[in-house]
Amino acid sequence: MPAYFRPDNLNEALALLAEEPVTLAAGCTDLFPATEAKALNGPVLDLTAIDGLRGVVRGSEGWRIGTLTTWSDLCKTDLPAAFDMLKQAAREVGSWQIQNAGTVAGNLCNASPAADGVPPLLALDARVELQSAKGTRVLPLGSFVTGVRKTALQPGEMVTAILIPAAAGAGISRFRKLGARRYLVISIAMVAGRLVVEDGKIGEAAISVGSCSPVAVRLREVENQLLGCRLADVAATVDADMVARALSPIDDVRGDAAYRTTAAVELVRRTLADLAGEAS
Amino acid sequence: MKDTPAIALMVNGKPASLDAAPGRRLSEVLREDLGLTGTKVGCDAGDCGACTVLLNGAPVCACLTPAIRAGGADVVTVEGVRDIAERLQDAFLRHGAAQCGICTPGMLVTASAMLRETPRPNRAQVEEALGGVLCRCTGYAKIIEAVMDVDPVSIDANPANGGAVGAAMPRLDGAAKVDGREIFGADYVPDGALLVRAIRSPHFAARFQLGDVAGWAGDRVHVFTAADIPGANRFGTIPAFVDQPALADGFVRMRGEAIAVVAGPADVIEALDLSTFPVNWEPEAELLRTDQARASEAAQLHAGRPGNILIGGKVLCGDPKTALDTAAYRVTARAETAYVEHAYIEPEAGAAWMEGDTLVIQACTQAPVMDRDETAQVLGLAPDQVRIIPSAAGGGFGSKLDLSLQPLIGLVTLKTGLPSRMAYSRRESMSSTTKRHPSTMQATAGADADGYLTAMVFDGDFNTGAYSSWGPTVAVRVPVHASGPYKIPNYHAEARAVHTNGPVSGAFRGFGVPQAAILQETLFDDLAMAAGLDRLAFRRLNALGDGDRTVCGQQLFGVGIGDCLDALAEPWQAALAAAKGFNATNTQTKRGVGVASCWYGCGNTALPNPSTIRLGITADGHLRLHQGATDIGQGANTVITQICADALGLPIADFDLVGPDTALTPDCGKTSASRQTFVTGKAALLAGQALRTRILTRANLGPDAVLSLEAGQIVVTDGAQTAHIDLSSLEPDTNGYVLSAEETYDPPTVEMDENGQGSPYAVYGYGAQMAEVEVDMTLGTVKVHKITAAHDLGRVINPLLSEGQIEGGVAQGLGLALMEEYIPGRTENLHDYLIPTTGDMPEVQSILIEKPDPEGPFGAKGLGEHVLIPTAPAILNAIRHASGARIDTLPALPHRVLAAIRAAGEAS
Ligand SMILES: Cc1cc2nc3c(=O)[nH]c(=O)nc-3n(C[C@H](O)[C@H](O)[C@H](O)COP(=O)(O)OP(=O)(O)OC[C@H]3O[C@@H](n4cnc5c(N)ncnc54)[C@H](O)[C@@H]3O)c2cc1C
Ligand code: FES
Ligand code: FES
Repeated sequence: MPAYFRPDNLNEALALLAEEPVTLAAGCTDLFPATEAKALNGPVLDLTAIDGLRGVVRGSEGWRIGTLTTWSDLCKTDLPAAFDMLKQAAREVGSWQIQNAGTVAGNLCNASPAADGVPPLLALDARVELQSAKGTRVLPLGSFVTGVRKTALQPGEMVTAILIPAAAGAGISRFRKLGARRYLVISIAMVAGRLVVEDGKIGEAAISVGSCSPVAVRLREVENQLLGCRLADVAATVDADMVARALSPIDDVRGDAAYRTTAAVELVRRTLADLAGEAS
Repeated sequence: MKDTPAIALMVNGKPASLDAAPGRRLSEVLREDLGLTGTKVGCDAGDCGACTVLLNGAPVCACLTPAIRAGGADVVTVEGVRDIAERLQDAFLRHGAAQCGICTPGMLVTASAMLRETPRPNRAQVEEALGGVLCRCTGYAKIIEAVMDVDPVSIDANPANGGAVGAAMPRLDGAAKVDGREIFGADYVPDGALLVRAIRSPHFAARFQLGDVAGWAGDRVHVFTAADIPGANRFGTIPAFVDQPALADGFVRMRGEAIAVVAGPADVIEALDLSTFPVNWEPEAELLRTDQARASEAAQLHAGRPGNILIGGKVLCGDPKTALDTAAYRVTARAETAYVEHAYIEPEAGAAWMEGDTLVIQACTQAPVMDRDETAQVLGLAPDQVRIIPSAAGGGFGSKLDLSLQPLIGLVTLKTGLPSRMAYSRRESMSSTTKRHPSTMQATAGADADGYLTAMVFDGDFNTGAYSSWGPTVAVRVPVHASGPYKIPNYHAEARAVHTNGPVSGAFRGFGVPQAAILQETLFDDLAMAAGLDRLAFRRLNALGDGDRTVCGQQLFGVGIGDCLDALAEPWQAALAAAKGFNATNTQTKRGVGVASCWYGCGNTALPNPSTIRLGITADGHLRLHQGATDIGQGANTVITQICADALGLPIADFDLVGPDTALTPDCGKTSASRQTFVTGKAALLAGQALRTRILTRANLGPDAVLSLEAGQIVVTDGAQTAHIDLSSLEPDTNGYVLSAEETYDPPTVEMDENGQGSPYAVYGYGAQMAEVEVDMTLGTVKVHKITAAHDLGRVINPLLSEGQIEGGVAQGLGLALMEEYIPGRTENLHDYLIPTTGDMPEVQSILIEKPDPEGPFGAKGLGEHVLIPTAPAILNAIRHASGARIDTLPALPHRVLAAIRAAGEAS
C-alpha cells in the first residue's frame, strides 16, 4: 500500500515534505480525475486535516485565504464587493459537488490555463504564500503560475495561503465565463474585472482574461487607457487590438484562436458595461 | 501523525469501520466494502455526479473523495436518505423522473441536500443545484418538476381493470430505481469473481506481436488473447457482415480495440500497470475520413469491401433529374455531422459464472438473445449453453445492442471455471463502443410554382468506422427516410456505409435518420424561402396524407404528420410574433423560430423481427407475464403490461413480470428501432386476447364478460351470470401454468427491389417540433428557450412515459445540434465530450396526437427514436431565422455560429 500521510499540524506536514517527494492532496478534484486508478497514486501528503488552514481572515494588511478554503467556503464568507468576481467564479467552478471539495489554492497550483480562479485573483492583486521547512516566501500570483501546468513551487514547498492586499479590496467587480454549456464546463474564455469609481470616472481598473493564453493575464494597457474615463464610456473605450495584443490563444476542440480573441474582447466590454451599470 | 489502519465513520446513521487504503475512492469503498451499490460510478472524474453522497451533509462526488476523509464523518448514501428525500422518492416515481435510473441516486441525494437548505426552491435554484448530475434519459424536465413538488400526495398508482391503456401510470419497475436497490451491470459481484481488465490499442491501425506475456503475468494473473478463443473470433449484429474480433489477432483497425484480457483477484488486477503489457506495435497510416477511405489508393480495411464501402442503400422513383431541371425553385445544400457518443451514464459492466455446463452472463444490454447467440459463437458453444440475464441497463440508446464485454468475461469464466466481472472505465466505454455515424451529405430539392415538392436527390457517406455493426441498417434506412414525411414524386437517394479506422458506428437513436433530417429539413427551409412560402405552411402543403405513397411506393394509412404540423400552427404564429417583437428592440441577441418534421419506420427494414409473449396463470392464482423486451429506461415493462392488461381484461395490479432472461422469456427481439411498443406490444395484445378467449370459453360466457382473479380462482361475470374457474383443479403445463397463452407477432413488410420500392415497415410514427432560440450575435452562443413537440403516437399507451421520451429525445437532439462531437483520442471523457446539463434544457411542451395506426396494438405507433429527429434541424432553422447563420457543420459550437453569422452578413 503506498504511503499516505495525513498530519494534523503544519510543521509536521512541512517536515514530511522536506523528506521525500510526495503528492500534495487538497480537494482532490484535480488529482483524482488525472488517474483511472481506484486509489490515489502515492506517496500522498493529505493536507485536509491540518488545523488553521481553512477560511478567510481579515488582517491589517488585507485578507488571507487559507489554503484549504473551498469554493463553497468562499461563497459563504462575508466579503466586500471587490470579491464579488471571485465568488461569481466560485459558483461557476464545476458543480456544487466540486465546489464543496475543491480548494481555491488547488486551482492555482493545478495551473490550468482555464482555471477560473486565476483571473479574479489576478484582478485582486493576489499573492501566494509558500512555506517549506526552511521558511516562507511570498510571490505575486502572476509569478507563481509560470506556464501550462507549471508553478514556481519548489521541492519541499507548499502553498499555505493566498493573500489579498487591503488596497485591492476597493471597488466593484464582476466575472464572466463563456463555455459551450451551462454547468460543469471548461471555459472557452473568461474575464474578471474590478473598477474603483471616483466621481463618475474610473480611478482604478483591474481586468484579466483567462483561457486565452497559457496563463491568465492582466490587461495592463487596457487598464491604463481606462483611467479617468467616464463611467458611461468605459465599454466603448476598450480597444479590440489592445486586448488582442495581450493574448496568445490556441485552437482546440472548444474554439479556435480567432474566436477566443473576439470572445475575450466582447466579454471585457460586457464586464465593464455591467460594472458601469452597477456603479451608476 | 494519524496512522489509521481502520477508518471509523457513520454511514446512513450507523457506525461502520473500514479496512481500506486511505487514498481509495470513497465510491469504491462504499460499493465494494460496504455493499452500498446505490452509489453509482459513471466516470470516476467528477463529471457525472452519479456517485454523489452527503459528507457531513454536503454533497460531494464519492469518486473524488479519499476514503480517509470519511473517517469521523457522517456519510449518507441513497440507501440512507430520510425525511425530505423519502418524499422526493415518491415525487420521482409520480413524475416519471427516473427512466433508466442510473442517475437517480445522485439526483436524489443532491436534491435532498438542497431541499434541506431551501425547502421551496424555484426552478433556477433546482437547475443550479443539480447542474453537476448528468442524466442522459430524461432531459431533466421531470426531475426538476419532481424536486419542486415534494409534498406528499396519495395517488392510486394502478389503474382499474380495463383502464390501463392511456393511463399516466408511474413505471412498474420504478421503486427499485429510486431507493438504490436496482441492480445495474456493475452492481452484482458473484463470490470469488475474478476482476477482468482489457488491454486496448492506442493506435488507429497497427500490426502487433505479443511478447513474453506469461513472464509479465506471473502466477496470479490470467491472460487471454485471440489464441485462446475457442470459437469463431468474430461477432457482429448483422449475420452477413460479421467481422469484429472479440480480441484482435495480430492487427487492430481502431483505437480502443481489445487485444488481450487479464483476470485475477481484484487487488492484483487493479494494481497492474497495463501500459507495461508486452506488446510490440507497428503503427500503420490510418484512414479517418470517408473521403480518404474512398480514395482509389486507400488501403482496404476488410477484404471483399472495395473502396472501403461496406454497403450502399438506394431508393429511386420517378425521374428526379428532369424534374429538378424543370423545377420552378431549386436549392442545393450540404451538411456534415460528427461522431456522437451515446454517453449513457452507466459504462458497460457485468458478471459471468457457470451454472453446471451453462455459461451465465448478467450484464447491461438491449438485446439478450443476440448477445446469447453471438457470445456462443465466439466461445464455441451452442446457444443453449449460454444464458443471458440482462441487468438493469443504465441507458443504451442503441449502443448496448452490440456485444461489448460479454465475450471477454465469458472467455475468462469459461477458461477458468471461475466467476468473473468487468466494468468499463469511462474512457474504455467511450473509446471502444459504438457511436452515431458521422455523415457527409449533399442534397438538391425542387418545387413547382405553387410550392409543391417535385423532386429531391440525396447522397451521403456515413462513416461506419472499423467494423460493420449496424452500418448496413443505416445505409438502408437513410434513403428510405431522407425524403422526410413528404410527398415527393421524383426522388433518388443513396447512402453508403464507409469503413475508416475511426470508432465503430452503430445504432444510435434513429439509425442515420437524424443526420439525414438535418440536411433535408434545413434544405426545405431554403426551398420554402425560395418559393416565398411560410416555412410551416410549406411543410403542411407537402405533408404525406392517408392513402399517399412514400418514395418507396408504399401506400400509407393513419398518417399523422399533417395533424402534428397543424398542432404547431398557433404556437408558430405566436412565436414568430414574439421573436419579431424582441428583435425590434434588441441588438446584442436575436430570437428566431424554426420547425422540422420527422417520420420513422418502426422495426427492422423489410426483415422479419418477431416478438413472442407468454402469459400464464398458476394453480394458486398468480398471473405472470413473460416479458423479454429489455427496458432500458424507455418503459417497455410498463407499456407492454398496460397493453396486455386491457387485452386480457385484468387489472395491472394482478400482473407479475418475469424476465427478461433468455432462460425464462421467449424472444422479444432487441430494444431498437422503436419497435417494442409496436411489435412486442402487439404480441402482448395477441397473447392477452388469446388467454381471455381461453378463459371465456372455459366459463362459457360472452366476449364482454368481466374477469377477476381471486385466490385460486377466476371469477367471470357477464351481466347477471357468474362463472367460477377453480384453478387448483386444472392440470399445469410444462411451464407450470394451468391456463396460458403464447403469441408471436412479426410485422408484415414487403421486400424492397433494387430501386428501394416496396413496403419496408408496417408502421411509421410522425412528429414535428418547433424551436425558439436566442442567438448572441457577437459571441455566437445559442440559448434554446422552448421546444414545442407534436408527436403522433397512434394511441398514447402512457402519457407520462411518452412525455419522458420526448423530453429525453429533445435533450439528445439539442446536444447533437449544439455541443456534441466525439473526437477519438481527444474527447474520451465527460468533460471534453459535453452533453446537456440541467441548465441547457429548454422548456419542452409536448403535444400528443393520436391518429390510430391500422396495424399497431390499440392503434399505437413507436416513439423512442422519432423524438430526437426533428430537434436538431428545428434548432438550426431557428438559429438561421434569428441570425442569418446557415450552419452546415455540426455541432453548432459558438465559434462556428459566429463565423456563419459573419458569412451571412458578408453575403447580404
Ligand atoms: C467535474 C469537474 C469540473 C471542474 N470544473 C472546473 C471549472 O469549471 N473551473 C475550474 O477552474 N476548475 C474546474 N475543475 C478543476 C478543479 O476542481 C479546481 O481546479 C479545484 O479548485 C482544484 O482544487 P483541489 O483542492 O481539488 O485540488 P487538488 O486536486 O487537491 O490539487 C490540485 C493540484 O494542486 C496541488 N496542490 C493542492 N494544494 C496544494 C498546496 N496547498 N500546495 C501546493 N500544491 C497543492 C496538488 O498536488 C495538485 O497538483 C473541475 C474539476 C472537476 C472534477
Ligand atoms: S462517478 Fe463520480 S462523478 Fe462520475
Ligand atoms: S434516468 Fe437519468 S441517466 Fe437514465
